[in-house]
Amino acid sequence: MEPMAIVSIFVLAVFVGFEVVSKVSSTLHTPLMSGANAIHGVILVGAIIVADHSSTNLELGLAVAAIILATINMVGGFVVTDRMLEMFKGKKK
Amino acid sequence: MSRTLYDLIGLAAGVAFILALKGLSHPKTARRGNLIGAFGATLATLVVFFYANPGSSLPLNNLAWILGAMLVGLTVGVPAARKVQMTQMPQLVALFNGVGGGAAALVAIVEYLHLGAEATTAEVVFTVFTVIVGCVSFSGSVITFLKLQELMTTRPVIFPAGRFIIAATLASVIGVGGWVVTALGTTPLLVLAALSLLFGVLFVLPVGGADVPIVISLLNAFTGLTVAASGYVLDSVLLIIAGTLVGASGTILTRLMAEAMGRSLFGTLFGAFTAKPQEATGSGEERPVRSGSPDDVAILLNYARRVVIVPGFGLAVAQAQHTVRELADMMIAKGIDVAYGIHPVAGRMPGHMNVLLAEANVPYEQLAEMDEVNPTFGQTDVAIVIGANDVVNPAAQTSPGCPIYGMPILEVNQAANIIFLKRSMRPGFAGIENELLYDPKTMLLFGDAKASLTKVVSALKAL
Repeated sequence: MEPMAIVSIFVLAVFVGFEVVSKVSSTLHTPLMSGANAIHGVILVGAIIVADHSSTNLELGLAVAAIILATINMVGGFVVTDRMLEMFKGKKK
Repeated sequence: MSRTLYDLIGLAAGVAFILALKGLSHPKTARRGNLIGAFGATLATLVVFFYANPGSSLPLNNLAWILGAMLVGLTVGVPAARKVQMTQMPQLVALFNGVGGGAAALVAIVEYLHLGAEATTAEVVFTVFTVIVGCVSFSGSVITFLKLQELMTTRPVIFPAGRFIIAATLASVIGVGGWVVTALGTTPLLVLAALSLLFGVLFVLPVGGADVPIVISLLNAFTGLTVAASGYVLDSVLLIIAGTLVGASGTILTRLMAEAMGRSLFGTLFGAFTAKPQEATGSGEERPVRSGSPDDVAILLNYARRVVIVPGFGLAVAQAQHTVRELADMMIAKGIDVAYGIHPVAGRMPGHMNVLLAEANVPYEQLAEMDEVNPTFGQTDVAIVIGANDVVNPAAQTSPGCPIYGMPILEVNQAANIIFLKRSMRPGFAGIENELLYDPKTMLLFGDAKASLTKVVSALKAL
């Protein structure tokens, strides 16, 4: 990909990231951190791509380890965030 | 699947992540936001199975390995997230973040091995970045986990010449990183990974217990950046967007958390490098404290006009949220003015107490934030501190140099009477002695918070 396109995407994403969370009450700090944590579990996509590329046993072994870790990060992250937020339900009344 | 369609679906997942973060920033939409994020991640994971050979219908290579590994990840991650106790959530989040960082580092290493001499300089630079930061995030998160789980001391670990060792490690990490870029090869990369792991440990060890959530948030942002760097190497727009979003929002969140605790980010991370090891004031000498019985507490409460309940980690450990509500309801029925004073970082994570009390259906209006409740302590007859310590410790206002100095506290010392429900005389998570325990207007009720509260409730009923 064009380096300039990548830089543009990066810079714009930085600003979007800053903007969306600039005002958050302290109550939500932990669930938000946990949710963001789950989102970077999308490295799973990268782990699957390198597992597909792998041509030696070493590469495949490391890629498999990466997939396991990334899956734990992603799935566990979303589930635990949901559990935290579940507790807020009673407040709506 | 055509490359264009593949990229478009990736973009949709990226948008889902933006909406997820936006949703998570507001109480009403938080849960939905998380689900949108999970949807985006699922979409991205499904579509990558069509990536390998764009334009053809061939499946991925090593498909069985990939699916098997995902299954292992699921069987570990889901039960862990489902079964974890409320009190242990922060360390689980730390652990999830660590494995994410580890995954990013592994992905970078595999791609590096795969590209070999074909890698461009830019790709090698990004690989080096990912390996360093991913490894630091991994080992640093493991240390925060050990601290929160209390498998190791929660106090800052400061060793002689510590800052020189840390600085030397950092310098060699950067040096070896340069070596990888110029020399290329597997050995330098593995040396780099090992040194980075060591640096992660050294970086987190000097951080005091109360500041650990801030460090977890920072490492979370770090991991986001490694994902973005991996996106560059793997030519994936989705990874660049997702990683950058987490990196940016994580940085802001880290700053917000530090502000809520009244700490400068710089001080949190590097304070321990400069501070002298804190001598716990007055430790070792026996000093008299006034301990009372549940009946004494009930009598005190019965004749109070205004009572403020200050919950802390001990309430969460004892799962006493329902009992404390019972007590509050009883006092309200007697015409006593009752409020809960919520410190933003009471417990082990910001918002811990709100979550816990919401579970017990405590009416939202009774929860008072710190700024709201502090001016009222002067007119408060009794402040009941349940399993909290550092968040009411006046040392934060009076003794410069103590690890929590500058943190805003709930000023329970202004109340006419203070009741501490504590398990023992052990200091709080930050490991600092609390002068308030020895104050003549303080009464201590030792024991498990739930058991003590139950006794107070029945004593109050009998009056």
